Amino acid sequence: MSFADIPSTQVASAGDSWLMRVFHRIPFLSGGPTSIFSPQATPARDIYGLSVFVLLVTLVIFLVVAGLLLYAVVRFRHRPGETDMDPTQLYGSRQIEVAWTVVPILIIVVLFLSTARIISLTERARKPANALNVVVIGHQFWWEYRYPKLGIVTANELHVPVSDPKAPTPTYMTMSSADVDHSWWVPKLAGKMDLIPNKVNVMWIDPPEPGTFLGQCAQYCGVEHAKMLIRVYADTPAEFEKWVANQQRPAVNDPAVTEGRRIFEQTACVNCHTISGTAAQGRFGPDLTHLASRDTIASGSVKNTPENLRKWIDDPDAMKPGCLMPKMNLNEHELEAITAYMASLR
Amino acid sequence: MTPTLTANETATARPQKLWQETFYSWISTVDHKRIGLLYIGYALLFLLIGGFEAMLIRIQLAVPNNHFIAPEVFNRMFTMHGTTMVFFVGMPILFGFGNYLIPLMIGARDMAFPRLNAFSFWVSAFGGLLLYYSFIGGDGLYGAGTAPDVGWFAYAPLTATLFSPGHSTDYWIVGIFLSGIGSVGTALNLVATIVCLRCKGMTMGRMPLLAWLYLVTSGLVFIAIGPLTAAQIMLLLDRYLGSHFFDAQAGGSAVLWMHFFWIFGHPEVYILVLPAFGFANEIIPVFSRKAIFGYPAMVAATVGIGFISLGVWAHHMFTVGLGPAGNTFFTLATMIIAVPTGIKIFNWLATLWGGHIHFTTPMIFSIAFLFQFLIAGLTGVMLSAAPFDWQLGNSYFVVAHFHYVLVGAILFMIFAAFYYWFPKMFGRMLSERLGKWHFWLMFIGFHLTFDFMHVPGVLGMPRRVFTYEADRGWGIWNMIATIGAFIQLAATLVFVWNLIRSYRKGELAGNDPWDAWTLEWTTSSPPPHYNFAEEPVVHSRRPLWDLKHPDQPDSDYE
Amino acid sequence: MDEWRLPDKGTVGMVCLIVAESAIFIIFVIAYIFYLGKSLSGPTPAQVLKLPIVETVCLLSSSLTVHLAVIALEKGNARLSTLWLAFTVLLGAIFLGGTALEWRELIYQDGLTIQTNLFGTTFYSLVGLHASHVVAGLLMLGLMLGFGVAGKLKQEYAHRLHMISYYWHFVDAVWVVVFTVVYVIGR
Repeated sequence: MSFADIPSTQVASAGDSWLMRVFHRIPFLSGGPTSIFSPQATPARDIYGLSVFVLLVTLVIFLVVAGLLLYAVVRFRHRPGETDMDPTQLYGSRQIEVAWTVVPILIIVVLFLSTARIISLTERARKPANALNVVVIGHQFWWEYRYPKLGIVTANELHVPVSDPKAPTPTYMTMSSADVDHSWWVPKLAGKMDLIPNKVNVMWIDPPEPGTFLGQCAQYCGVEHAKMLIRVYADTPAEFEKWVANQQRPAVNDPAVTEGRRIFEQTACVNCHTISGTAAQGRFGPDLTHLASRDTIASGSVKNTPENLRKWIDDPDAMKPGCLMPKMNLNEHELEAITAYMASLR
Repeated sequence: MTPTLTANETATARPQKLWQETFYSWISTVDHKRIGLLYIGYALLFLLIGGFEAMLIRIQLAVPNNHFIAPEVFNRMFTMHGTTMVFFVGMPILFGFGNYLIPLMIGARDMAFPRLNAFSFWVSAFGGLLLYYSFIGGDGLYGAGTAPDVGWFAYAPLTATLFSPGHSTDYWIVGIFLSGIGSVGTALNLVATIVCLRCKGMTMGRMPLLAWLYLVTSGLVFIAIGPLTAAQIMLLLDRYLGSHFFDAQAGGSAVLWMHFFWIFGHPEVYILVLPAFGFANEIIPVFSRKAIFGYPAMVAATVGIGFISLGVWAHHMFTVGLGPAGNTFFTLATMIIAVPTGIKIFNWLATLWGGHIHFTTPMIFSIAFLFQFLIAGLTGVMLSAAPFDWQLGNSYFVVAHFHYVLVGAILFMIFAAFYYWFPKMFGRMLSERLGKWHFWLMFIGFHLTFDFMHVPGVLGMPRRVFTYEADRGWGIWNMIATIGAFIQLAATLVFVWNLIRSYRKGELAGNDPWDAWTLEWTTSSPPPHYNFAEEPVVHSRRPLWDLKHPDQPDSDYE
Repeated sequence: MDEWRLPDKGTVGMVCLIVAESAIFIIFVIAYIFYLGKSLSGPTPAQVLKLPIVETVCLLSSSLTVHLAVIALEKGNARLSTLWLAFTVLLGAIFLGGTALEWRELIYQDGLTIQTNLFGTTFYSLVGLHASHVVAGLLMLGLMLGFGVAGKLKQEYAHRLHMISYYWHFVDAVWVVVFTVVYVIGR
């Protein structure tokens, strides 16, 4: 699957107002893989409905006030040749002041109440018993995903089951950080939520249709903040089961790449990485047990091809300057072997 | 007694050794007018430097996956750009105008504490130089060039020694700490001056609105700078004495830094905008030929904005996990501040209404300010709705919003102030022709950059990214924004040229070139060292209006 | 325009300074309260803090003595003023000495430093910030005392001494808050 063929489906739902449908049709606003005006899950959709309402109210205010400004500037301009005498001085008017205090207050009340409702809907939603639990831990510069009840640990590519609106199976994400502040933002699914060390935040998503959703870190976290990308795969129940089963298996032990495995286990790689079923149990870097099953490496920034893999292992800093994986100074042979080993970890 | 140059003396008449005397007189001055000019000159220099940093950012972002500057350099650029513009352009320029104008407008000879005034300038100036010394001093993780790269709000724990080794963060801390001392000193001076040195007859209800705006601004400085200073002390203690204020390993809280910073940070943006409102209050009436509409309402709105601004800070933290109660409260508080702000906009509109509007350069900048501030306020209302902010927060929508306020409202109004008061300061008019060029280039460039910058935000582009993926659809909007930046650069260069040229050859201004109404226009241009030979006596808000219209003075109506 | 009297700029200025300084202190107090009970290890306030009665009595009395010094100078009695100033500086110095002794015991006997835990961090920073303001106040008062001893304290300086005394009263007021939060509520 290439980057270009991520579908940007615009699934209108029955609950959409006419205004929301209008927005759907503005291509430059709602096209693109990460537009906030193209919601694909309930939290994003709720926000979208509110946003459109707020936009409408502010648009009306803008048209009225800017219109008055334009009118005043044209109508009351001093035309050359006109009298230089100063016009009638008007110092104020209590009634007008009251009027343009009360009307904004009323508008604010309406805006506030609509907003409070959406805050409550999203943050006080009751969690169904069969929600999927995922623990998300932010690192400089990658995402760790753990599925505690399924015994799965993976990185950077999040798989979730679709959630049928009639029998919802949302994914609840418990989030924290292992180092500095990060923020998880996949616009089509939900608003962003920060990952903060020593603090646990919770958010949820429930994509009703299968698809791939893109996002990235939205809180400056250091040099490679821009390359801490997110990919979420909403799988059909069958696809998800298959994925889970694969992830639960220990690492593939292909005899053809034993050499690579041996070098891997004897180099410092094991200090940072885990490959389940081997001696590598490091926790600092991403879990590599099923690395070859992922579409991308380097936190979503490059495609997972043997060539990219080789370049990455050889000199991570060249691909992501400032990334925390050091250059291991491997020779040709070691590099070939380890790359082959990595590529075998489906 | 140092000779003051009037507009009639030419350079060739000066004897050679005068430059040392001039230099010494400037660095040892305690005259509020000179200190004001020092602040303004200093700020202009940093405006150009901060603008240069912005150009580097915009060039790097013009196309996806660009390699114009390295990520480390980019991160330093946006940190320094933000820090410079807020602390070493915005604050000094506004304090500079305040310093220059307030004593003149209230009929005083100088500020209440002239030596404190000088001290405040020099300590702030040193802070700025120290911050920029970071480019060459100390050493950091990557060696060459160690300016801070933690963002202008320096979130913990990115600023801990673990994640920011070396001294770059320390330059940020100390540079701004010093500028904070200067800010408090100047604010103290402004309050003491406004409260204690008004001329006879000038009750609080008769002083120019600019004075009210500076009074409230100063009050905000006292309350807001403290939290920043405290947080910076805590950060320094963490970095050097091993304390644990923001150390997650020991139970410290990253969110605490955010609270402390934004308790400062939000009032700070009002500190920056209120003086701009003050300029509007002086300039718009003069070029509409009408008194400001609703003076008491404007005072009340200003005080209201001041108070409310102290209670909205966590709208910068909607995505941090405050919980529904916190998010709801801060949404409400933030929306409420729109009410007094709206009142101000409506009063300005009402001032224009029924007037005779003259489109001088200060006035067209002011009208653009009104238009742009309206939009900025409305995007602010959008962001105040917490769920909307969950999508738009920390994205380029926010960057567009705050630049709309900082550039579209504040900078435009500062330009207006320059054109309006330059004649008083230097005795010569700025060129109207160059002024119009400046305005239109600035207007077009500004809108190209910042109108279209909202779109990448809506399309999912986070802020502080040194580059972005090509498949997101953000490229075209970033390119447009970059083009606009170049046009704004051209506008600024036209402005600088206008300043230089008009200083030497501008048309002589006289005391009162704009037919205005407040006390500064009674003195010569520039004013004598002592401002007023005799203490003025006033009977209304517009003493010169009364003099020019003895048949219908303001005092009859107030 | 016979009665055009505006407030005194020294008073206004000092009030502004006090507001600004209060803002800094309030943040440190908030941090202290926020982190109460959150230390992951190490000594707790209840285990190591003792009520600093003597130091507190001295510091609060020094507010009285400085007030008396101001009144004496306003009346033109420079010698009496100098005497009261001397008492003020002495009482302030005892306060600082007491703090130093307390800290020595905390560091060497109880093992509490600014690095130990959150309590150590917030305690030393808050009490230290206050102590640094006491030092600043003592420097100013010491200067006035020096003038007094040298016979140069004049009645027309009474107003300036009055402003310094405002600062000193502020320092004492902060101590009341710190004492209550740290030694009473926090223990």
